[in-house]
Amino acid sequence: MAKRARYQNRIELLQGTLDLLILQTLQWGPQHGYGIAQAIQGSSSDVLQVDTGSLYPALHRLEQQKWITATWKLSSNKQRTRVYRLTAAGRRQLVSERSRWQAIVDAMAAVLARPRESEP
Amino acid sequence: MKNKDTELREELAAHLQMAAADRIARGESPEEAAAAARRELGNLSQIQEATRDVWGRRWIEQLVQDVRYATRTCRRNPGFALVAILSLTLGIGANTALFEVVSAIKLRVLPVTDPDRLVEIAPTSMNGVRGNQHTWHASVTQPIWREIQARQQAFSGVFAWSRTSFNLAQGGEVRFIDGMLVTGDFFSTLGLRPTIGRLLAAEDDRTGCTPRAVLGYDFWRRTYASEVAAVGRTIVLGSRPVEIVGVAPAGFYGLEVGRTFDVALPLCAEPLFSDDGKGLVDAGTTWWHSVFGRLLPGWTMDRAAAHLGAISPEIFQTSLPSYYPPVSVQSYLNMKLSANPGGAGLSELREKYETPLWLLLAIAALVLVIACANLANLLLARASAREREIAIRLGLGASRGRVIRQLLTESLLLVTIGGVLAMFLADTLGQWLVVALETSADRITLPLRVDWMVAAFGAALALATCLLFGLAPAIRGTRLGAREVMHVGPRGGTSSRESLGLRRALVVVQVALSLALLFASLLFAGTLRNVLHVNPGFKPEGLLVANVDLSPLKASTARTPIVREQIIERVRSVPGVESAAPVAVVPISGTSGSNEVWPEGRRSGAFDSRINEAGRGFFATLGVPFLAGRDFDSRDTPQSIAVAIVNERFAARLGGNIAAVGQRFVREATPRRPEKTFEIVGVVANSNYLTLREAPSPVAFYADSQDPSRTDAQLMIRLTIPAAAATSAITAALSDLDPRLEVRYAVLGTMIHDTLVQERLLAELSSGFGLLAAVLTTVGLYGLVAYSVSRRTGEIGLRMALGATHRTILGLVLRETGLLLVTGLVLGVVLALAGGRAAATLLYGVKPHDPVTLGLSVALLGLIAVAASVIPARRATLIDPGIALRTE
Repeated sequence: MAKRARYQNRIELLQGTLDLLILQTLQWGPQHGYGIAQAIQGSSSDVLQVDTGSLYPALHRLEQQKWITATWKLSSNKQRTRVYRLTAAGRRQLVSERSRWQAIVDAMAAVLARPRESEP
Repeated sequence: MKNKDTELREELAAHLQMAAADRIARGESPEEAAAAARRELGNLSQIQEATRDVWGRRWIEQLVQDVRYATRTCRRNPGFALVAILSLTLGIGANTALFEVVSAIKLRVLPVTDPDRLVEIAPTSMNGVRGNQHTWHASVTQPIWREIQARQQAFSGVFAWSRTSFNLAQGGEVRFIDGMLVTGDFFSTLGLRPTIGRLLAAEDDRTGCTPRAVLGYDFWRRTYASEVAAVGRTIVLGSRPVEIVGVAPAGFYGLEVGRTFDVALPLCAEPLFSDDGKGLVDAGTTWWHSVFGRLLPGWTMDRAAAHLGAISPEIFQTSLPSYYPPVSVQSYLNMKLSANPGGAGLSELREKYETPLWLLLAIAALVLVIACANLANLLLARASAREREIAIRLGLGASRGRVIRQLLTESLLLVTIGGVLAMFLADTLGQWLVVALETSADRITLPLRVDWMVAAFGAALALATCLLFGLAPAIRGTRLGAREVMHVGPRGGTSSRESLGLRRALVVVQVALSLALLFASLLFAGTLRNVLHVNPGFKPEGLLVANVDLSPLKASTARTPIVREQIIERVRSVPGVESAAPVAVVPISGTSGSNEVWPEGRRSGAFDSRINEAGRGFFATLGVPFLAGRDFDSRDTPQSIAVAIVNERFAARLGGNIAAVGQRFVREATPRRPEKTFEIVGVVANSNYLTLREAPSPVAFYADSQDPSRTDAQLMIRLTIPAAAATSAITAALSDLDPRLEVRYAVLGTMIHDTLVQERLLAELSSGFGLLAAVLTTVGLYGLVAYSVSRRTGEIGLRMALGATHRTILGLVLRETGLLLVTGLVLGVVLALAGGRAAATLLYGVKPHDPVTLGLSVALLGLIAVAASVIPARRATLIDPGIALRTE
């Protein structure tokens, strides 16, 4: 309970959006897991908090779907890291996920913008 | 797998380092940074597990984990594991063994090409048949076979075959091997290939042929040590050399399941081995062939059956022998051939033992259910003991499915060990069962093997067993959350009450099933006892049957009776022989004959009578008392008036209470003999003719001395010394008379004993199972009461502290058990009566609802059940109230 309060200003990711965020992040180039988390956090101005417990299973799941591939690379400080890269299939998947997300956003907006009809 | 795991660990380590490095760069101290990074990452092993889940191999790891855990649990409770494995091994093993035998005689197909297309051709009913039927499955005569062969259009090939035996010895005591007489297309229609040499073909089966032999594979291996050179050698069968042309394929035992053949000869060779040299080839009243065919492409069984039905009238019209008894001609002409599936061969074992074996399988299955109930009970007890442990696991975040799976793994482990052991046990038990079905006169060749069907049966059984005893406790055990359990004290959890209810139900089921099984075993034991104590009307102890074959002497018709008389006299003079007399049909040996008879001049008074032929001294040798008249003697010759001695039942049927001696009766015409009138010279007491279980039936004995056609001498011999000593002395005496004489022995007591295979098998196995069921139930009941007492220690202590006497406490505990017992017994009585009805045909001398037997089983089970619960109940009275209340 207390834990949640501390992150009140951060939004937990909606179910199923993590995949889209990962694919979107990898669009700009290969990246390792930590980098992906940082990128998402950074580009959302720290609003979206990526839970590592979901990140890695998601990465491995996307890898199994063959939307991303992974290779081992040495980082600048001689650290062996696993770097993920978007595949052609992943690129197509990103497009379709984006349009799906757009549809959700539009629908949500329409519902929320509608004035209440039966207000007394 | 290890590799991928290491990589994941490395990937996460890199993540941590990078996170920490970033924090250090922002100015945090290294220690602080590392701790924060760790905190941010969360539960490392949980991330690893979640990721591994994605790989899809999670369940294997979990299985390995579960098995390891289950092994640990079992090792910590070796007693429980041992009891469980033992009862599962016995239960699954017994079931699989029975199934193995049932599958061998019932479900397996012959090892021939396309067995599905193989068809048995046989009359729909053998009711109109007159004459001799050679084997239990013989269904047509040689003339009928020829007509089928000539007229059928439904089969690409048809063949006839007959079982026979050949004597390997030349003179002295005979040594028979199993033979088959087959028509030319036998092997080609079955689609068999020889091991070496060649198989018999159409050219080998021509009238007047020189016989050639094909050896059975096992006989070749045994007798010729698998020598290739056996082909081309000769084998002496019935003193006649026969060339060996080949060896049949391994695994082919002929078309009769449960038997084998050592040698196969073409059918045309039959006359050579017959007494008169003519054989049965033209005999229209000797039924000795079984006919099989292979369906033509496009033909179905139904179409073939219709075709056979359509050509039946011409077949029977053309094959009707001129000498067929006129009264039976119409029923002969009305016979109709049909097609039956032949792919599984024929089997007398199947016909005789299928019902008992299925019944035993059902009994064994019930025992397994009882064993399962026991294990479920033990697991339930353990589940309540582990309630807290499991609740804590659930509380720490284990999913319920996961814990159930873990608990089930333990059952699965037990059942796997038990199942594997059971497969070994099944093989041994199966062999033992086959030996139990075997008798001295009836060798059984039943190759048992654990094929996919048996293995599948065992595995399915094991799995069902596992679910049966493992699932309920696992579901029960994981039902409660941590909070419920933690709030309740260490003993007497809320779930215990309900799980106790389930355990009570299990015990009730056990008691009910055990009662039914106990009742069944007592019925079968009673049947065996009744059959064993049947007085057959004669004294079988010390009776030897000697069958002397005179045919090698080639004596003339006129000389044969003289030689027979010499043989009988010679045997009578052997030391140790008290008396000896010839007889045609040995009582309770499995052979029989009957004819219609009627009082002279009163055809309307006709009835069926069994027939036999005996010589002077037969009744005295058997110990059958004369009620009136005289024995056969020297007055009865082929020229004198035909005489008969009849039994009491015959005399009663013939003329009520009128004294039968001196009366005459007529025997109907038989295929070989015209109608004949006999005068009764003696009346003897009833004795059993064909089986021990039969009711007395009319029997007429004709005088052996008046039948000149006999070429064998079958003697009933009463011995005063052991049979083994007597047979060598008799063989020596006969060789002394003529070395060409061949003789074969059988001990009557053994022959009769052998007819009781089914009764013995049912009694012994069902008693074994009944006992096992009772023991298992006792253990189950004991466990339940002991558990319930230990759970109520506090309550009992309190009651005692408040002044309850030992007696009250004992009553308290026993009342609970008594209720379960009574419920179980009532249910059991219903089950037992239903089971008894199902087994009615297998019983003798006991009613399927025999109240005494039922009462006995109820009393027996009740007694052991009470005994089982008194011990823990007494322990309850020894509870020290002070200690009991302090621990609470």
